[in-house]
Amino acid sequence: MGKIMNDRNKKLLNVNDLHVSIDDKEILKGINLSVNLGEVHAIMGPNGSGKSTLANVLSGRPGYSITSGSIEYLGENINEELPEIRARKGIFLAFQYPVELPGVRTWQFLKSSVDAIRKENGEKELGVKEFDQLLEVHRNKVEMNPDLVKRSVNEGFSGGEKKRNEIMQLSLLNPTFALLDETDSGLDIDALRIVSNGVNEFKSESNAVLIVTHYQRILDYIKPDFVHVLVDGNIVKSGDGNLALELEEKGYEWIKESISSGN
Amino acid sequence: MLKEYLSSLDEQFVSQNQSEQEWLRSLKLEAFNTLREIGFPVSRKGNEKWKYTSVSPIVNNVFLLSKPKDINIDEIKKQAPWSDDWYNIVFVDGFINKNISNIPDSGISVSSLGLSENSIGELIDFSDDGFAALNSAFLSDGLIVSIEDSFDTSKVLNIIFYNSGTELEFNNPRLHITAEENSSSVIIESYVGGSNQNSLTNSVTEMELKSSAKITHYRLMSESNNTYNVGYGRVRLSDDTEFYSSSFFRGANIGRYDLNVLVDGERSHCDLKGLYVTSDEQHMDNFINIDHAKPNSSSNLFYKGILSGKSKAVFGGTVLVRKEAQKTFSVQSDKNLILSDQAEVDSKPALFIYADDVQCAHGATAGNIDEDSVFYMRSRGIDLEAASKLLIYGFADEIISFVEETELKNFIEQKFLESLPSYKFEF
Ligand SMILES: Nc1ncnc2c1ncn2[C@@H]1O[C@H](COP(=O)(O)OP(=O)(O)O)[C@@H](O)[C@H]1O
Ligand SMILES: [Mg+2]
Repeated sequence: MGKIMNDRNKKLLNVNDLHVSIDDKEILKGINLSVNLGEVHAIMGPNGSGKSTLANVLSGRPGYSITSGSIEYLGENINEELPEIRARKGIFLAFQYPVELPGVRTWQFLKSSVDAIRKENGEKELGVKEFDQLLEVHRNKVEMNPDLVKRSVNEGFSGGEKKRNEIMQLSLLNPTFALLDETDSGLDIDALRIVSNGVNEFKSESNAVLIVTHYQRILDYIKPDFVHVLVDGNIVKSGDGNLALELEEKGYEWIKESISSGN
Repeated sequence: MLKEYLSSLDEQFVSQNQSEQEWLRSLKLEAFNTLREIGFPVSRKGNEKWKYTSVSPIVNNVFLLSKPKDINIDEIKKQAPWSDDWYNIVFVDGFINKNISNIPDSGISVSSLGLSENSIGELIDFSDDGFAALNSAFLSDGLIVSIEDSFDTSKVLNIIFYNSGTELEFNNPRLHITAEENSSSVIIESYVGGSNQNSLTNSVTEMELKSSAKITHYRLMSESNNTYNVGYGRVRLSDDTEFYSSSFFRGANIGRYDLNVLVDGERSHCDLKGLYVTSDEQHMDNFINIDHAKPNSSSNLFYKGILSGKSKAVFGGTVLVRKEAQKTFSVQSDKNLILSDQAEVDSKPALFIYADDVQCAHGATAGNIDEDSVFYMRSRGIDLEAASKLLIYGFADEIISFVEETELKNFIEQKFLESLPSYKFEF
């Protein structure tokens, strides 16, 4: 009895027969996915299969229409929720292509973000000194150059610096549900290690991580509990961490063939 | 209407002070005759200088020449950038007000118009421009500054042209600055408005940079909604000079700035930046020209506009690279952020190159903030309104961040950005 109650309390995300279109073109064709606190999930799939679409739609990006199905987060249907409200409730998306914001200082951007989330939780804005101290802690975790926070957001950052900035924000904002979209792309081995360490340090029994990736490489560093294979808008296979290795070895063609042959 | 207007000016011209020095009287007479001959500019095809700006709202008024007035210094401090650490020189309705000015006593010589024989008028050519002729014909007062190389470069020279906004008055101030060899200075030239009446400020500023001189120049226009502001800047650069000029525009019913920099020296650099922020039914016209007449110099022209309401902005002008100006390096761009369907910009920067060994680039955009930028911020918990504000400030910051004087920077942020209506980018 107690065990069942616990499991129910751990339920974070429930995606139910989700259909999503962009400009009347159906991209996601009935996704079912359930994520509990403390879990790491990986969504793998070939280019164009809808991985980013799924991550975007979970974080509330405008431009997608949910034609049927539901997204439940912490027991509530959030199909219509604004992205900033989702963010304040603990959903975080690390972007595949982090956006450059010319003229917007990284420091200001991060402080606005931290304050918005604190406000949601009934806490007051941080003072400049307090924020500086907090920022330094998280900046050090991803070994990010202190000069970068004085610059415009992501402007002139290298590919690796942008991705570190994303993980720094993950660490700073400490969300409940982290979506990582192709976080390893464009990273050399050192940066990949730093970024993965950031994620591993973040993950705990009170949050969950969903990694979206084309390649298996990052899963050597961040071990998933579950792997789902997305092909053409459908999750065609789910399994444990070993499925990722099998995919790496046999390629996505193997999955496609095994589906069409009915195995 | 124009005829009527000129005949009223006729009477006013005759009734001007006749006890002036000979050189000044003949300058005024020549300018007045020119004005009668050419009249005020008409916006039409072929008149590139005034193509998109109709001056009829201005010249349909019958303005009277302004009179000297007294003003409380606190009012000036409210409307203009100010620091007690600066040298502050205040014009009120076109006349220097010595009571509230503090004029430096070393490294610089400053005189009022009537007192000096000088090179005034050497840089401005009014033969084909009615407003420039108007300024010379009705010169109310002027400030003639000569900056020596001994001038304390930590001091800012803050010259304020305060327009009290007295109904139907016009004023015609003149500023003439000579930066002597090896001198270096920071100069703020600001045009600020008091009450919201139908009035006209029509100014001319001339700046001559002798060899190895450097000027960092800020020009501000912060006028109330019913006033008109027409201004000219004429600059000549000799060898090894540096001219950094940033302009900021806000307000005025019709605002116009006509700047021409003649790069008449080698190894010189001219850097022109600008930010115009228009709203309501304001109209702002920038006509910015750089003339490269000598080799081995460079220029950078970078203007930005933020338009809202039913306002209109015009950006025109030319970077001209003459045949002799080999090895010129020049970049020119104008970017606009349009926050309303009813706001409009005509941006036509042009580049004319007659030399063959040069590096030049130009461009103009009239875009909006992109959707990805807004979503990125919202995905971090920042709401639409706050995100939009950060992005608009960020857009402006690419110009404002170059302002090094803290008091000035704060003033610009407060007067130019905080006055913007709150706005949301919707997608
Ligand atoms: N903004 C868009 N407009 C139109 N089609 C899109 C848009 N974004 C993605 N798509 C299409 O949706 C499909 C899935 O894209 P995406 O989710 O980015 O795939 P993945 O991340 O798996 O590579 C692709 O066919 C892509 O072309
Ligand atoms: Mg993708």
